Amino acid sequence: MKQKLKSYNAQTYLAYALIAPAALYIVLIVAWPLLETIRLSFTNSSLAGEDYVGFENYQKMLSSKKFNGIVTRTFVWMFFSVSLKLIIGLIGAVLLNANLKGRSIFRVLVMPPWVVPIAIGMLGWLWLYNGYFGIIAGVGMRTGILDGPFGFLAYKQSAFISTIIADVWVGTPMVTVFFLAAMQGVPRDLYEAAYCDGASRWDRFFKITLPQITPVIITMSLLSAIWTFNSFEIIWILTEGGPRGATTTLIIDTYKQALGNYKFGRGAARAVVVMILLTLFAGFYLALLARINKKISHE
Amino acid sequence: MTFILLPFVEMFYASLRPLDHLFRSPYQFYSDDLSFWAYREMWKTVPMLPRYIFNSFFLATSVAVITLIFVIPAAYSYARFKFPFKNSSLYILLAINMFSGAVLLIPLYKVLRTFGLLNTYQAMIVPGVAFLIPTAIWLLKSYFEKIPIDLEEAAFVDGASRVQILRHIIAPLSTPGLVVVGIYAFIGSYAQQFLFAITFNQKKEYMPIPSGLYEFIGYTTVKWNEMMAASLVGIAPVLIIFLFLQKYIVAGLTSGAVKN
Repeated sequence: MKQKLKSYNAQTYLAYALIAPAALYIVLIVAWPLLETIRLSFTNSSLAGEDYVGFENYQKMLSSKKFNGIVTRTFVWMFFSVSLKLIIGLIGAVLLNANLKGRSIFRVLVMPPWVVPIAIGMLGWLWLYNGYFGIIAGVGMRTGILDGPFGFLAYKQSAFISTIIADVWVGTPMVTVFFLAAMQGVPRDLYEAAYCDGASRWDRFFKITLPQITPVIITMSLLSAIWTFNSFEIIWILTEGGPRGATTTLIIDTYKQALGNYKFGRGAARAVVVMILLTLFAGFYLALLARINKKISHE
Repeated sequence: MTFILLPFVEMFYASLRPLDHLFRSPYQFYSDDLSFWAYREMWKTVPMLPRYIFNSFFLATSVAVITLIFVIPAAYSYARFKFPFKNSSLYILLAINMFSGAVLLIPLYKVLRTFGLLNTYQAMIVPGVAFLIPTAIWLLKSYFEKIPIDLEEAAFVDGASRVQILRHIIAPLSTPGLVVVGIYAFIGSYAQQFLFAITFNQKKEYMPIPSGLYEFIGYTTVKWNEMMAASLVGIAPVLIIFLFLQKYIVAGLTSGAVKN
């Protein structure tokens, strides 16, 4: 009987056969295009045809001031967006975890920005940001903060901030929900013991909750850094990277080069930079995950 | 909370107000003639709206079904068998999740062009599925793992064939998991219908709601009340599905990422 069972559980060929369709699909649609992007980055490929040009695309890209500005801008944008998401997410999770009335309703109400197609949410934000008729400009004018209509997406700095706010709106629900799940996983007796010892609310938060959910906070900061880095639709719909490039991040720039100007080669070189950065993020994330897993299995 | 809900409230409010009230500066907080007028009128302004809605549903359903077809055997295999490269390939799947479609657009565009698939439904379905497979495998794997293996082993020892086991044990027990993963794929593909849609498809008759509506933003005078009404109609289906199933979806997603 043991023998028979063994044959049931150890059929490597069957295991591979079952995975094969999905694996093949991913190789075709994800892995192969990745390699093709790398190849294209060494060509001057356009709709007209292609020739190998060596490192020309990279040289031009890296020596251009504009590109360096875009990279810096991407990281500044990411830094603010991710920090805000984490802070608001943490506060939100604490509130949703507290014993308040109606918290189950609130837990559901946090989610819509995440469920709704980003593109449609952004149509709403376009209206909110409208300089003449939007509610934000309206409140500003009525309270006297603004002395006239103000197009939030029309000026460099305000467009930059506006896109960050919209991105935070999209990304915070996910962060909140993960933090909340982590907080609920903190063993109850830890709090009870602390309560008996007379620990205050603050103490309980900083000495129990925070250390206990630190792994999740680190994971989420990396994950949301990756998501934010990849964010395309938000900026594209609100500003298309404008005004005068003020909200052009790496992803937007890649898209513009490749599919706005049909300069596939140049676009591909940018895509390769994006890939390298993403691989670094992903490497960090996976290494971290492996460490946390080890820790859990040791306990 | 206000921050999260304000855009929706304002979208709804704007959709109820007549256009000349909206186009007043500074912003009027109060309108006395609220009506669902825009919800009737939008079908005329956006004549293709029914088609966009159908497209969105059609695309999301196709993507969800195709994703499930690829993911079910793979997830089952990951949940049940031990084989070389099992863990490393699972991590590779996670890593794939982190690449956005934007990086791969160029070769995908060229491939689709070569095969004459630009401006078709397939142009949006094929890449859509690829980016949902990784998470779907992780999710479904954890559902399969919850089915006790003893059940299968007992049936096997009693002489049941693999196909019989699949049909009579695995399939019924994993239905809830399949439903959740299917809905995850549906919502996921409903949400991602923008990048691929604006890049790979220019034909109005295949456009999903987001890219269809986005077209109208470029016009000089946007009829914002109708725009907001159409947007809300566009989000309603996913919101309703989500409200009914949010418990399962949130639990499933977080258990995948928090515990492992």
